Amino acid sequence: MQDIPLTIAGREFGSRLIVGTGKYRDNAEMVSAIEASGAEMVTVAVRRVDLDRSKDEGILHHLDHEKIFLLPNTAGCYTAEDAVRYARLGRAAGLNDWVKLEVIGDERTLLPDVFATVDAARTLVAEGFHVLAYTNEDVVTALRLEDAGCAAVMPLASPIGSGLGLVNPYFIREIKTRLTCPVIVDAGVGTASDACITMEQGVDGILMNTAIAQASNPVRMARAMRLAVEAGRLAWLAGRMPRREVAVPSSPTTGMLS
Amino acid sequence: MGSPGTALVTVNGQPREFGEGITVADMLAELGLRPGMVVVEHNRRILERASLASTEVRTGDIFELVHFVGGGLIECRTFR
Repeated sequence: MQDIPLTIAGREFGSRLIVGTGKYRDNAEMVSAIEASGAEMVTVAVRRVDLDRSKDEGILHHLDHEKIFLLPNTAGCYTAEDAVRYARLGRAAGLNDWVKLEVIGDERTLLPDVFATVDAARTLVAEGFHVLAYTNEDVVTALRLEDAGCAAVMPLASPIGSGLGLVNPYFIREIKTRLTCPVIVDAGVGTASDACITMEQGVDGILMNTAIAQASNPVRMARAMRLAVEAGRLAWLAGRMPRREVAVPSSPTTGMLS
Repeated sequence: MGSPGTALVTVNGQPREFGEGITVADMLAELGLRPGMVVVEHNRRILERASLASTEVRTGDIFELVHFVGGGLIECRTFR
């Protein structure tokens, strides 16, 4: 059975799994994990060049730019102004005019500052960015972000790096039902079953980083996540059987021996 | 202030000294950076690549030289 591709801002992706590139033990492991994940889009952060190590060669030149789309993010920003600044710097690198917008509002939970996120989204959309906005699982905020012109809305499964899995499937389903733009669940997935359950809610994709990078074997976990995302997507497309409070026999009840 | 004929600037939060009248392109070369590798923010404004060779470095300037990274351990140089 053929699925439709994930389409964001007119660009099609064959994989519904998007992965981050942080927290890997080394570059080789990151490259292998990305390959095993089957992801066609990876997030990257904008940071200062280390002036004392200016001869370092990078890693992304190992990635096939025809196959891997780089999504600059504003990770680590705490104000709308900072996020806009980082987004502009990312665009000036000349790769594309996309940005994963992330404005953090609280250090302990890394939950988003949704007010600043909506403000920054409006500014960036007006400047021609395709904005994929990280947010919490609040339906009203998700609607505001879509209204602001975001190309995708990215509610969390649970806090960044927590690995707690999908804590609020009801609200995630509600966001997916109410929005027209793609809904990508971002953050909180801990293992393959979390990814599968998340995709079974009918969302368009998942973005994850820590669950793969910090697994004991990231390459294996990347493959597990790929399969889990595909399995969850297929299960949702297939349409699950209804839940029942009582047992229903699966073998015929007629023709029993007397 | 530094000796005559020098420009005292801040690059990525560090004080740096360059010859007076050099351009931003010259500064990047002195730092061992190819222009295509970094994005230059000059006094909070992004400097277009075409302007690097025509913009002079002056005392008091604040530069941010950034690139894409994957995280703490990773250096990703993909700027063209």
